[in-house]
Amino acid sequence: MKNRRARRPCCRILLGFLALLFLALGRAAASPQQKSAKEELLVLPGELGKPGGRLVIALRGEPKTLNPLIAADTRSREVIGVMQADLVHINRATQLTEPALAKSWKLSPDALRYTVVLRQGLKFSDGHPLDADDVLFTFRVCLDENVHASQRDLLMIDGRPITVRKLNSRTVVFQLPKTYGVGERLFDGLAILPRHLLEKPYQEGKLGQIGTLATAANQWAGLGPFRLKEYVAGQRLVLERNPYYWKTDVKGNRLPYVNELVFLFVPNADAQVLKFQSGETDAIAQLSAENFSVLSRQQRGYTMVDAGPGLEYNFLFFNLNDLGEKASPDLTRKQKWFREVKFRQAVSAAVDREAIVRLVYQGRGTLLWGLVAPGNRRWGNEKLAHPPRSLERARTLLKEAGFSWGNGSNGESALLDSDGKPVEFSILTSSSNVDRTKMATLIQEDLKQLGMRVQVVPLEFRSLLDRVTQTKEYDACVMGIASYDADPNSDINVWLSSGGTHLWNPSQAHPATAWEAEIDRLIGEQMTARTFARRKKLYDRAQEILAENQPMIFLASPDILAGAKNSLGNFRPAVLEPYVLWNVEQLYLKNAPENSSR
Amino acid sequence: MRTHHPFAKWLIILGALHAIVVCAGFFAPYDPIEQDRKNPYLPPMQLHLMDAQGHLHLRPFAYALKLREGTFDQYEQDTSQLVPMRFFNSGAGYRLLGFLPSRIHLFGSVGTRICLLGTDGYGRDQFSRLLYGGQISLLAGILGAACTLSIGLCVGAAAGYFGGWKDDALMRVAELFLALPWLYLLFALRAFLPLSVSPLKAFFLIVAVIGAVGWARPARLVRGIVLSAKERDFVRAARGFGASDSYLLRRHILPETSSVLLTQAAILIPQYVLAEMTLSFLGLGVPEPAPSWGNLLSNLQQYSVLVSYWWMYLPALAMVPFFLGYLGLASSLQERREPYKIERRSPESLA
Repeated sequence: MKNRRARRPCCRILLGFLALLFLALGRAAASPQQKSAKEELLVLPGELGKPGGRLVIALRGEPKTLNPLIAADTRSREVIGVMQADLVHINRATQLTEPALAKSWKLSPDALRYTVVLRQGLKFSDGHPLDADDVLFTFRVCLDENVHASQRDLLMIDGRPITVRKLNSRTVVFQLPKTYGVGERLFDGLAILPRHLLEKPYQEGKLGQIGTLATAANQWAGLGPFRLKEYVAGQRLVLERNPYYWKTDVKGNRLPYVNELVFLFVPNADAQVLKFQSGETDAIAQLSAENFSVLSRQQRGYTMVDAGPGLEYNFLFFNLNDLGEKASPDLTRKQKWFREVKFRQAVSAAVDREAIVRLVYQGRGTLLWGLVAPGNRRWGNEKLAHPPRSLERARTLLKEAGFSWGNGSNGESALLDSDGKPVEFSILTSSSNVDRTKMATLIQEDLKQLGMRVQVVPLEFRSLLDRVTQTKEYDACVMGIASYDADPNSDINVWLSSGGTHLWNPSQAHPATAWEAEIDRLIGEQMTARTFARRKKLYDRAQEILAENQPMIFLASPDILAGAKNSLGNFRPAVLEPYVLWNVEQLYLKNAPENSSR
Repeated sequence: MRTHHPFAKWLIILGALHAIVVCAGFFAPYDPIEQDRKNPYLPPMQLHLMDAQGHLHLRPFAYALKLREGTFDQYEQDTSQLVPMRFFNSGAGYRLLGFLPSRIHLFGSVGTRICLLGTDGYGRDQFSRLLYGGQISLLAGILGAACTLSIGLCVGAAAGYFGGWKDDALMRVAELFLALPWLYLLFALRAFLPLSVSPLKAFFLIVAVIGAVGWARPARLVRGIVLSAKERDFVRAARGFGASDSYLLRRHILPETSSVLLTQAAILIPQYVLAEMTLSFLGLGVPEPAPSWGNLLSNLQQYSVLVSYWWMYLPALAMVPFFLGYLGLASSLQERREPYKIERRSPESLA
């Protein structure tokens, strides 16, 4: 602060000193109508905005809940994200942690204890002051088994919970059972709950049932930039600006700028596009490349932004589950091919990733060879091989694995396994996801050139998930996952053989193969390693093992595409969720009415 | 004589249209599932005889389309590159009528492809897909109608001829079928079937399903005719001479239903082609990459396709002549079946 001012002209220096002097004298002079004497507000740098107006966004369907403890769907998380706040927050643009409700934090030398100091003068959106008891209450609730909070798993390290202790009304100590590689990132997204409103339902065991969209506005409070105003079932959710929000701009104006934030509910992505096109909504994110190019072509007072590669990775995987006697003989026969590493490597060599990026993402995507998406700037392994498509190599690999070619039923050349049976299998995709169905159709054609006969089976997403994780009756599947954070721990359930999203063979009691055991070990060690360099080294190795064994054949990663009206200020879409609303407190309307009342 | 004329006219038109579809391999220039990944969403190419310099060419030609720099789907004509159309060109192999292997196509080109109806998102030639797609859609319609009519005939004849409780029972079942929400039934049925169904199996499944659903209406019609026919004098006489039930049905009663069945067939076939298209449109039909008219149109479910690539609508236009043909045939059959009506009209002209 001081340094920045020092570079400016002399009069500014003088003014700056004066201001600092006033601040030092108990902050008595700091713009009284903006903040009261003992508030420690967070000052956000960046373009100054204009207060007032309403910001309208369309959501694909209604959020299920406002309750952060039970929210599982992205829509609920998006809405909760603007109504709640966390102690430490990950800046979606820099992908680094920043102080939020916590003014500062300190890690003990043994890396087992965090001492977190809260800002002074924090208030919930209903005006009730926040203190350390609210933080304690939040962690007690999240860790309570009976509440079934979705955050509970994140707060358990090696099966033991993080313990929380209060030092004084503004200082809290977190004791970790073991060192935890993610560090303070663990606090991100953990909404601090209002004890004065939730204590009673918690005692009555009703915490899971409260926080529906129909909750009365005065019965719900948070620390986020917006608070509940009105809900019209099936149509919209209206939020109003939280007058007690704890951030200001550099001029000391309390954020957020807009008075109202409206979420319209629409049935699907195309409806979202239509609403945006007609000017009913101010911004749009998660656009498909096709819709992005439609909107870009007919620019009518809006700006479209390609924010670059995101954290979504799409991949093909085969059914490697050990089903024992439950497996149908047909699947057992096919699994003999799928289990062959060279077969998977051959498939990977035959896939035309460039065609996928061009035809599915219209060039707005990146080829992918590993689990870490290109949008993740810190954790990717640059040394990972990027072999170009080669049918030659694929054929050699298949030959080495004992496959041969012969005449198929329709006279075309067909790939035969060592028993002389033709290689035929099906690939599941989600019928609602056009992109992935397209990928599967391209792969189908690629593999036809190797003599494999592939059927593409689009299934409704829930029944697809059921087949992959429950009944395990499928051959192969194209799926995609979007990491919610740049830290590798957000994908821990994909990496670990015991994880539920270790899709090719989920929730194993013991690792089925030596390389999965090795990945488990590396990821486990990485979890508790203290330095970034050490974690990165372990993580790089895990990526290499995955690339060698190809249980997931990585395909492509789409860019994050967004758009906003030209009148929306501070619009800077990020590659992390929530793509557009991550800086919602700074978004402003350039054409906001002048005399907007506060 | 007058009544036979339009009937023959429609029959010739339909015959020609079907011949084109049946010989799709010959009329289509390319393999319908071959992807040209460099040319997605290529707009239809125009055929010219006169080039940009004003020279007349004997052979029709098209200008090659070039992708505009930095775009995904914006093409511009490259007037320096002429692609002459070659007739009876040797191209991708196919089997004419399903068994005669051949490589000769009505037209084609060397190097750059001529896509008369443009290409889809994978760069597949829409014209070829349209012709091959017709094979599946029309065959599904015809087989489905045959299936429906045979069930309808059996049930209707049995109900009308035997009467009594059998008639009651069969007709109640028919009413039940009329009341079924068949689209939802299909969804349910598809969910029970094995996951990956080969295109051939899927095809027969569709035929069976649409065939089994619509039999109630023809069954009622047939029953009505059988009811009146079995009381005719010549039938009674034959019965008096000791003819058996099956003989009576075969020789005297069922022939009476033939014209109704033919008219029904002409009405049902386009209906069932439409049903196949609905199913494929919703993703319940023949799986990709096999083309069918419904599959071709299902691209339009995406908003971006709907507003960006107008040629994706063309398959919808293609079925218009087929439907007109069938409906024309049905109405001329109707006239032929009821000559009395025409006679009743004729006294006016006499007067």
